[in-house]
Amino acid sequence: MPALLEVRDLKKYFKTKGGMLHAVDGINFALEEGKTLGVVGESGCGKTTLGRTVLHLLEPTDGKIFFEGKDITTPTKNELHDLRAKMQIIFQDPFSSLDPRKSVSESIMEPLKLRKKHSKADMLKEMRELMDTVGLAARFENSYPHELDGGRRQRIGIARALSLKPKFIVCDEPVSALDVSIQAQVINLMLDLQEERGLAYMFVTHDLSVVKYISDDIMVMYLGQMVEKAPSDDLFSDTRHPYTKALLSAIPAPDIDDKTERILLKGEITSPVEPKPGCRFMARCRYAADGCEKPQKLEEHAPGHFVACCRHKEI
Amino acid sequence: MQKKRKKSRLYEIWRQLRKNKLAVAALVVLVLLLLVAVFAPLLAPYPYDQLNAKLSFADASKEHLLGNDRLGRDILSRLIYGSRQSLSMGVVAVAIAATIGITIGAIAGFYGRWVDNLCMRLLDIYQAMPMFLLCVALAAILGPSLRNAIIALGVGTVPGYARIMRASILTVREKEYVEAARAIDASDANIILKHILPNAIGPLIVQITMGVGGCILAGSALSFIGLGVQPPLPEWGAMISDGRSYLREAPRLTIYPSICVMLSVLSCNLLGDGLRDALDPRLKN
Amino acid sequence: MEENLLEIRDLAVEYHTDDDVIYAVNNIDLTVKKGETLGLVGETGAGKTTIAKSILRILPPLQAKLMSGEIIFDGQDVLKLSEKEMRKIRGNRIAMIFQDPMTALNPIETVGYQIAEAIKQHNKIHRSEADKRACDMLEMVGIPMDRFDEYPHQFSGGMKQRVVIAMALACNPGLLLADEPTTALDVTIQAQVLDMMRSLRTRLDTSVILITHDLGVVADFCDSVAVTYAGEIVERGTARHVFKSPGHPYTLGLFGSLPRLNSTERRLSPIKGLMPDPTDLPKGCRFCDRCPEASEQCREAPPAGVETEPGHIVKCHLAKGAG
Repeated sequence: MPALLEVRDLKKYFKTKGGMLHAVDGINFALEEGKTLGVVGESGCGKTTLGRTVLHLLEPTDGKIFFEGKDITTPTKNELHDLRAKMQIIFQDPFSSLDPRKSVSESIMEPLKLRKKHSKADMLKEMRELMDTVGLAARFENSYPHELDGGRRQRIGIARALSLKPKFIVCDEPVSALDVSIQAQVINLMLDLQEERGLAYMFVTHDLSVVKYISDDIMVMYLGQMVEKAPSDDLFSDTRHPYTKALLSAIPAPDIDDKTERILLKGEITSPVEPKPGCRFMARCRYAADGCEKPQKLEEHAPGHFVACCRHKEI
Repeated sequence: MQKKRKKSRLYEIWRQLRKNKLAVAALVVLVLLLLVAVFAPLLAPYPYDQLNAKLSFADASKEHLLGNDRLGRDILSRLIYGSRQSLSMGVVAVAIAATIGITIGAIAGFYGRWVDNLCMRLLDIYQAMPMFLLCVALAAILGPSLRNAIIALGVGTVPGYARIMRASILTVREKEYVEAARAIDASDANIILKHILPNAIGPLIVQITMGVGGCILAGSALSFIGLGVQPPLPEWGAMISDGRSYLREAPRLTIYPSICVMLSVLSCNLLGDGLRDALDPRLKN
Repeated sequence: MEENLLEIRDLAVEYHTDDDVIYAVNNIDLTVKKGETLGLVGETGAGKTTIAKSILRILPPLQAKLMSGEIIFDGQDVLKLSEKEMRKIRGNRIAMIFQDPMTALNPIETVGYQIAEAIKQHNKIHRSEADKRACDMLEMVGIPMDRFDEYPHQFSGGMKQRVVIAMALACNPGLLLADEPTTALDVTIQAQVLDMMRSLRTRLDTSVILITHDLGVVADFCDSVAVTYAGEIVERGTARHVFKSPGHPYTLGLFGSLPRLNSTERRLSPIKGLMPDPTDLPKGCRFCDRCPEASEQCREAPPAGVETEPGHIVKCHLAKGAG
């Protein structure tokens, strides 16, 4: 069975004053139906741009995107119209991703309205079912986003994304703006929906502990490149890339007896504008050696576990 | 909590506006003025051009509540009929200016790049000339008449609306909900009309209400220097102009129309202020 | 027993708006010992920031109403001080770091100048002396001295937060209020900043109140914990007590909601429902509507604090006292 979504050597560059900004620089992955790919990285690593580019909200600079086996790198207007129904997005900020002048029902029905296939009564019925699915009480139908809390707003965003019955959803930090107790509710909801509807998620986040819960595969990005990709459990049990190691150790565990040694990185993320050809993490890496100045090849460390580090075997 | 009744946006705005007593008073004044203009033939005790040499500069009397002007015409009637010219100058001129301005601003703001550059540089040239001088020049070229004065005012005040529209669109364009609309394949026109315009319209409505006041004032000024409404048609600015020679002998000739201009302009500005607050969703409870 | 640097007794703050009264902080008690780091944990709207702002007396004067309580800092009640006396404490003996380092710095002044200004405000010293001390502060937070004359926009987020911390610590305050100081930062940068704060805290012997929603940061950084919920402190005690034997159902719920790296569970167990509307709090226990074990008693009467272990106080009817 071919993968639902396949991305080959995808690149997205932006023109800046200082030169080309390599936001996404040669990413490969494949995602099967009903599975979740977690994309993790710090701010500026290109994870959000990757999600947007896959959805054609941004035009790719180079590379290929396949969806359901079809090349969709340069879709026609009609193709894009169909794609939009199959590929959806849930945004990070439930405060800015909803039009403040539209009521809950209007926001949820908008995608259906644009498709012009449904009668008014059908749309209302559909909208009520969606609200029920995401756990929004019917009394909020005519409320406006600013009257609701973050968790409920995010549920509106989810209902909206579901309304066209997509197969694939890019979730761009969907729970980062929420409080922990609400965050857990929303994560559970997303897991349930995935099970019921066989959705494939690309779950973009900076929070490794969240991603562990929801993902089958996890991809770690650093400055536009993939440094490590592995099945969820492998990544945590057999971490190979020095950056992933540092990232994992930096997360403070809610456990008083946690004695994990923090790997403190020197300095901060360097600029992704016109980067040098070698390993981009080299400047902060404690294992940096001679081979690191050359471009790093992605090697398969274990089945399904890829690392872009020339020293992954020794460290 | 009960299910919330669906309320229209207009009702919401009205509910907010009601809290501001001054704005409500201004609205009442404006509505009254509009009614006066519409029903002028019914309200005016005399035709606006009825001459009566005997009553030249007559004081207020039972028959002529505000007295008569040099040609013995009833001032009250002329004020009532004059409201038609004055108000239509304000409203129609702003309608022209806002339509052109919003379109240019929306296109420039939404498409950006060279379109934006082209529009804005043209507006820069436009704005290099003082707005009122431009209106005077336009009115002079087109020839003095009410219609031409309105066109001159409308065309002359376009840049303000265009710039405000562009600025609001630039802020709204970057919002995530616009991207969200794109993700469900909404067309450009749909995004502009359904998402960007309603969210960017707040500052514009304020500018429009205040612009009506400004245009009434500018229209009066055009009439004052003889480029607007032509006699015998009454207009407040023209009436002030006529009365200024007799300021000492009969100050009421200037005072009454001045009060009318002031009242309408002030009301527009106060209403604009009130609307600005009422339209801000953050102030809603 | 070490002395208490800060003691808050029965503090209550309300916000009055046009039509509503928001009960932001409801009769809380809190103590911070000298050199201790207290983690003030809670969700959005639980009243954490209001508590911090009350200590510095920087609540918005028009809406905020102080209903009761005293805040005793180093022997004096700051709520009774005049504005002039307060100014000597603010920034000098109690300093605050805000969440967003991007807006806390003035974009048109160099960072060195801003730190030096903070020092000069409270010390009658010469410009050059202040500059020298500002340089020392920069070095201390790990920024090379030669960046003294740079502007905030030339710094990254993590670096800016270091500058903000340097400014706050410039006058060597006895108490530092840190309101979500690392929330806007990436994890690797957060680790750096926390590490730096940890070493500074011991070096300067500063007490810290760390306001956060991240229990991980608390476990990592704090000596004691106070859990806030709907304007109340529902549980407080040493970090070990609270993490090892949480007593309040809300605290338990928070732990259940947390995704953990070392667990194999595929589902989280969130707390159901939402925090109550702060304008309309339940009359009994504030948590009763979301609590899995709420009884009639919980709905009727607000619970009193129960000391389950020495210094570990839980505000719950179901909590059992020690011994």
